Amino acid sequence: MAHRHSRPKFESWGRYPSLSATVVPLHWPSDFPLPPAKEASPLEDQRSKTATSAPPRMLPVGMGRSYGDVCLIADGTLLNTRGLDRFQSFDEESGILRCEAGVTLDEILRFCIPRGWFLPVTPGTRYVTVGGAIANDVHGKNHQVAGTFGRYVRSLELARSDGSRFVCSRDRNMEWFRATVAGMGLTGLIVSAEIQLRAIVSPLVKSEVSQFHGIDQFLELSLARQSSEYSIGWMDSTATGRKFARGVFMTAAHSQEPAKLTTHKSRSCSVPFDLPGLALNRASVGAFNALYFHSHRTRQKPRLLNYDSFFYPMDRIRHWNRLYGKRGFVQFHCVLPRVADQLAPLQLLKAISAARLTSFLAVIKDFGDAISPGMMSFPMPGISLALDFPIRGEETFDLMDRLARITAEHGGRVYPAKDTRMTPTQFQNFYPQWQQFAPYVDPAFSSNFWERVTARG
Amino acid sequence: MADSRSGPALPSRILVLGATSGIATAVMRLLAARGANFFLVARDPQKLTAVEMDLRTRGAASVESRVADLDNTSDHPGLLADAASSLGVIDLAFLAHGVLGDQKEGESSYTAAAAVLQTNLLSAVSLITWLANYFQATKQGTLAVLSSVAGDRGRRSNYIYGASKAGLNVFLDGVRNRIDRSGVHVLTIRPGYVATPMTAHIEPNLLFVAPQHAATLILRAIAKRKDIAYVPRFWAAIMLAVRSVPESIFKKLNY
Repeated sequence: MAHRHSRPKFESWGRYPSLSATVVPLHWPSDFPLPPAKEASPLEDQRSKTATSAPPRMLPVGMGRSYGDVCLIADGTLLNTRGLDRFQSFDEESGILRCEAGVTLDEILRFCIPRGWFLPVTPGTRYVTVGGAIANDVHGKNHQVAGTFGRYVRSLELARSDGSRFVCSRDRNMEWFRATVAGMGLTGLIVSAEIQLRAIVSPLVKSEVSQFHGIDQFLELSLARQSSEYSIGWMDSTATGRKFARGVFMTAAHSQEPAKLTTHKSRSCSVPFDLPGLALNRASVGAFNALYFHSHRTRQKPRLLNYDSFFYPMDRIRHWNRLYGKRGFVQFHCVLPRVADQLAPLQLLKAISAARLTSFLAVIKDFGDAISPGMMSFPMPGISLALDFPIRGEETFDLMDRLARITAEHGGRVYPAKDTRMTPTQFQNFYPQWQQFAPYVDPAFSSNFWERVTARG
Repeated sequence: MADSRSGPALPSRILVLGATSGIATAVMRLLAARGANFFLVARDPQKLTAVEMDLRTRGAASVESRVADLDNTSDHPGLLADAASSLGVIDLAFLAHGVLGDQKEGESSYTAAAAVLQTNLLSAVSLITWLANYFQATKQGTLAVLSSVAGDRGRRSNYIYGASKAGLNVFLDGVRNRIDRSGVHVLTIRPGYVATPMTAHIEPNLLFVAPQHAATLILRAIAKRKDIAYVPRFWAAIMLAVRSVPESIFKKLNY
């Protein structure tokens, strides 16, 4: 049985905004839909009298690793899916895994690597659930060859608040499948999913590093190494003048030399408390970025790395979001269509420099042409750029607005999973298909993000 | 199969009573990864199937399961005999079924209080009696029983549950003293707060541990043939302190 209890505040990974919601942990697939609320005690009854007249608003949440308010629902009910953490079947021959939606990618890696399998697509953290990876149709460093996570979801089981429950895939309930992949958790509760893993013979990856100076050089490198399975660029957004848009381009491929299939060690350190807001300033972040740049010299020979250090460097630092202090941070993550000139990314970078807001390494990635399976999927062919900014009040939000405007002017779009700021008009221009998507939203489900971007002006 | 890399041998033919319990599930996942054989018993068929599939996928060599309401003590001998013949030999019997009950309701209703005692104490007594004799006859085996720190002292907030666990603790002490010399290991597990469905209504606090962590500690206690295992161990110190408060003072506390 699902018990209810409330927590005063619930935050996403960016820790902004901080909202209160009732959290209901789900432990079994049969815990949803929730049983009708029991007779409230007289005390609770008084408090919630106004709330009970409104229709229920709920939203599934897994690890809460999205950055903005896509996983938040103020004064609503968060269905915590972490208790749905069971495997259902695994075929060692084909690499098809069936599991409940609260299983994390971390748990899948620990399970599948010793058996010679790896995630088909992984974001930069393994601390996300399968349900969350589907609901945001996440992508990884292999987007240019593999596309998004949703492409490897063979089927999923969706439970709706009206009690209906059905399996969707590319050939069954296809429209529901397309709406639920990248559906931001709004189409109902994803109970379980079947995922196609990819085979490996070694836990190591062969990695190559090159420095670049400027977006053009980044794109040349991207094009030259198009066939490498994984690629990613880190850019120093604090560097100006001759060093403007300098960065490090990394590629990797799974090692083909058979090796002992060992899994990663448990995480090693933690940020124990919120850093004071001023700890990240232009000098400290600039120094860090410069150090990072200079410690990654262009290398002629590829290097063997454990998968964990290549894919999940940040997972070694627990609570790294505390580095940004109590006020939290925002991430700006957009994709810009590929055009002949590189005006759009340059304008973005210039706006960032002009604002003199500090940002750790910016992530730049060339997205491939693979078609994303979700109606609302974020990736499209083009250049993707992601930057974190500590919240310093209005100047941070002003910058976010400016960046979203530049993105819109150049025909790009912003990633809902990272967003806290886009306006209804921007969202509806970025995702004109939202009107086809809206009918699939469960009438009892909502999120702060969804209410914000569909609000009528 | 016991894993030779990790010290003492672990049991491989395992009977789990109350197999959908959060703590039991976490322990069984660790044993499944080592290729153990299971006979699972639980009341809810859907949940039992979910656990069965999970353990199979994680590497269990075999999983048999049976739906049963363990409150029906008359069914126990047949059920346990089936488990023994299905597994061949039982190396480990893990008793994990139990209910927290509604303390408030139990304060005014004998029926509600008796239901908690029926599930947590009397049905356990029936199972342990059969299993103790089985293990004594086979001169081997581990009988691990999930009790609770709540059995260490009667408290105003959960004394019905606490009484059922206190009775269980004393019963297990006696059984241990009786059959230890036959080579049978009797383990009383006394967890504190473990984040499972049973405790989902309690506001999380610093004393909570994840079921995975509790499971590792329980396996260690099984491997080391401990008699009583507080999980985690700091609960031994807490409960020592709690027990040492004189009743004349304790009754005035809001604990």
